[in-house]
Amino acid sequence: MTGLFENIVSHGWAVFLAKLIGAFVVGTAGLLWTLIGIWFERKVAGRFQDRLGPNRVGLGPKGRFNLSYKFGWAQSIADLIKIFLKEDIRNTGTDRWTFNLAPIMVTMSVVLLWAVIPFSDGWIGTDLNVGVAYLIAVGGIGTIGVMMAGWGSNNKYSLLAGFRSVAQLISYEIPMVVALLVPVLMAGSMSTQTIIRQQYIAFMFAVPMTLLIFLISGQAENGRGPFDLLEGESEIVAGFHVEYSGMKFGMFMVSEFLHAFTLGLLTAILFMGGWRIPFVPLDWVQEGKYLGSFIWNLLGFVMLLSKAMIAYFVLIWVRMTLPRLRIDHLLNFNWKFLVPLSLINLLVVAFVWKAIPGTDAINSFADAFIPSVVLLIVNMAMFLGVGAVLADKGRQERARVAARVYPETVEAAPTN
Amino acid sequence: MSLHPWIFIGLFFIASAALPSVAIGANWLLGPKRPNSVKHEPYECGVEMVGSPWAQFRAQWYVFALVYVVFDVEVVFLFPWAYAYNSLGLFALFEVFVFIALLLVALWYVVRKDALEWS
Repeated sequence: MTGLFENIVSHGWAVFLAKLIGAFVVGTAGLLWTLIGIWFERKVAGRFQDRLGPNRVGLGPKGRFNLSYKFGWAQSIADLIKIFLKEDIRNTGTDRWTFNLAPIMVTMSVVLLWAVIPFSDGWIGTDLNVGVAYLIAVGGIGTIGVMMAGWGSNNKYSLLAGFRSVAQLISYEIPMVVALLVPVLMAGSMSTQTIIRQQYIAFMFAVPMTLLIFLISGQAENGRGPFDLLEGESEIVAGFHVEYSGMKFGMFMVSEFLHAFTLGLLTAILFMGGWRIPFVPLDWVQEGKYLGSFIWNLLGFVMLLSKAMIAYFVLIWVRMTLPRLRIDHLLNFNWKFLVPLSLINLLVVAFVWKAIPGTDAINSFADAFIPSVVLLIVNMAMFLGVGAVLADKGRQERARVAARVYPETVEAAPTN
Repeated sequence: MSLHPWIFIGLFFIASAALPSVAIGANWLLGPKRPNSVKHEPYECGVEMVGSPWAQFRAQWYVFALVYVVFDVEVVFLFPWAYAYNSLGLFALFEVFVFIALLLVALWYVVRKDALEWS
């Protein structure tokens, strides 16, 4: 690509143009990927709710031999075409700039994350040395977008959802950021590419507790699953985007689905070893041994996508299984449980990491083995401790509710 | 020659702002435009809007925002620590113990003051 432009402009400009086109290609690929993501999610959600999900839409003449009608795979494309042809309604009293910029900002915050996502050993937008900090910084733009949408819509439900989003999104950002510190600490780097290369044993096997904290708070940051209070379609009629129509509404949906998949990607990168193929030495991939570097890159890309899809599937599973939380429960869960837990978890990992000799230079599977096993044992102990605390709290809460609801039969009420 | 990484982030910023704008612009071009005073009313489940959406809100929100700011700033200080942890001595571990203990005591105080109760 660079060579093509070098015939027309100087070398520096050629690199610049190639990178600009690269940025547009990655961004467009991300947005188009949501078409597949939405179809996948609807299909999986359908199965969880004991129905079929999309199974009607296909291309070409309908008939038994037209396989394009299988699985309703063209459903998202049909929806895309429909949404392009919708009227763009902006209701009276809205703040023009805030209202129009909000969907763009929400989408932007998600697409920008893809700049530092390493799709393979050589396939990455740019390998920032502060990649993880960048991920956090960019993720914050989405909160502003949600607030702008809620505030600018001239609608009570929107405003209510906007305020809820302030409380929820910023609260859950803290355990997420603290959970992100653990891979940074273990890899000794904030670059996403280096974090992957340091995972001789995937971090999910060493620090499952951190993975759990990251998934819970990430799901809440995305505002879906049991944490979809800011949309709350049954109480505040879809919340912050109730006034949006056409593609502006579509952009909110696209950003939500893309965010969910990006969360899967980040889980794969930070905890599941990213593009690293299990049992294949790192230098084979980096030097292109036996297969050539393009094939290795392609294999790594497929590996990353499959890991991300597994994580994404787990997130859909949680979303489809658990009922929505009440806002005070949601905030209590975060501030009184998740934040202290994430900080203590960080301290424990830091302590164990310092206590084991040789953790400052891990360059092979053998180096990583003993620290991982020790961390896993410590994590299991932590799981037991946390489980005991939670069981105790649950017992107390049930006793309290029983005493309030059935005061005359409090002795007889079951307490566990 | 390669570009400075942050220039690519700048380019990505342009791309990620342009793509949704183009999609919304295309929708604006393709969609019908038939304005109507009832259609453009703020949606309230079908009934006419009652009162102004500029409702007053509890100051409670500010407490959450303040606690968040405190924690987020402290976490920013933890990033360089985690980054350099492998090359730091045992002192860094004890220091961060004190640092996080202070945070946890502050959190305990806020919880005991019922500042995080949603009533």
